[in-house]
Amino acid sequence: MRPRTVIAALVLTALAGLVVWSVGDLTPFGTPSGDADAVARRLVRDRHVANTVNGVTYDLRALDTLGEELILFLAGLGSAVLLRHGRGEEVEEERGDEEAPPRTADLLRVAGALLVGPVVVLGVYVVVHGHLGPGGGFQGGVMLAAGLLLVYAAGQVVALERVEPTALVEVAESSGALAYALVAVGGLVFGGAALFNFLPLGTTGDLLSAGTIPVLSVAVGVEVTGATALILTEFLDQTLLRGGE
Amino acid sequence: MTVLPYLVATWLLAVGLWGVITSRHLVHMVICLTVAQASTYVLLLSVGYRTGGKAPIVTTTVPPSSQFVDPVVQALTLTDVVVEATVVAVLLALTIQAHKRFGTADPDELGELSG
Repeated sequence: MRPRTVIAALVLTALAGLVVWSVGDLTPFGTPSGDADAVARRLVRDRHVANTVNGVTYDLRALDTLGEELILFLAGLGSAVLLRHGRGEEVEEERGDEEAPPRTADLLRVAGALLVGPVVVLGVYVVVHGHLGPGGGFQGGVMLAAGLLLVYAAGQVVALERVEPTALVEVAESSGALAYALVAVGGLVFGGAALFNFLPLGTTGDLLSAGTIPVLSVAVGVEVTGATALILTEFLDQTLLRGGE
Repeated sequence: MTVLPYLVATWLLAVGLWGVITSRHLVHMVICLTVAQASTYVLLLSVGYRTGGKAPIVTTTVPPSSQFVDPVVQALTLTDVVVEATVVAVLLALTIQAHKRFGTADPDELGELSG
């Protein structure tokens, strides 16, 4: 342990020195070197998208976002496979002792039940208004998954075992990823390039505007909801399995 | 203090890696990795920040002469956050499996058992 600490301290000090040296040449803080205004205004003019961050994410870098979404898809799949490995044995072990699961505090149940509605509505709002204001598919999707988790927190084991939501969130995850890929193919069919905008642009600031950007945002929202909920339920499942020990 | 954000990013990177190296618990190690990765958010956002710039959301109420912070690096930061979330999910799943198999979450003892 001791020699490792010394080596780590030396290496990290050297690394920090190198990083400081290299970022020293960067543009001074507060004055970006790129022409951010031109990018923003051009996106608004050409793509009718008010939130230019999502204009970049779902239009200029739409192909990267496709890859990013597939990373999330595979990570959800990967952790599900990892966590389900060997689950069957443990369930049988646990069947022996029929102990009542720990009860959720009443306050948590009430607060969870009260919050589910507003959180889900806010999540949907953030997903579908990604091209108009702060938010988008990734951010809203995490909110929706949090809403789902509140259902578990409020109802805990009963709801979890009765509803068996894993199949549903798996479908949501897959269909979100599929919808994004279909829009990409749609651009290929109608415009000659993958993810080419083939929908009418509409008026900037309208809910139905900016062409494929809100469609992609919703697809990502569904995918992120599914993937996050899948990951969270798999971890929750592990907790419940271990709860009996 | 025009270099302060860059120094903060460097500090986060160094301190996160320090935690990863000296960690005695896998969950602690994963969290330290997220600290190291947080340095990239700080770096990206401070590269694109403009003093007095507005959020890059162009609506009719925004005066035409206003300047914006860079939307490109903000979109890159979004990608960064998503990648971190996926990495943490898979690493924590691996941690659970490692704990099940070896009965410990100390990375040093894991090495001894598997060797």
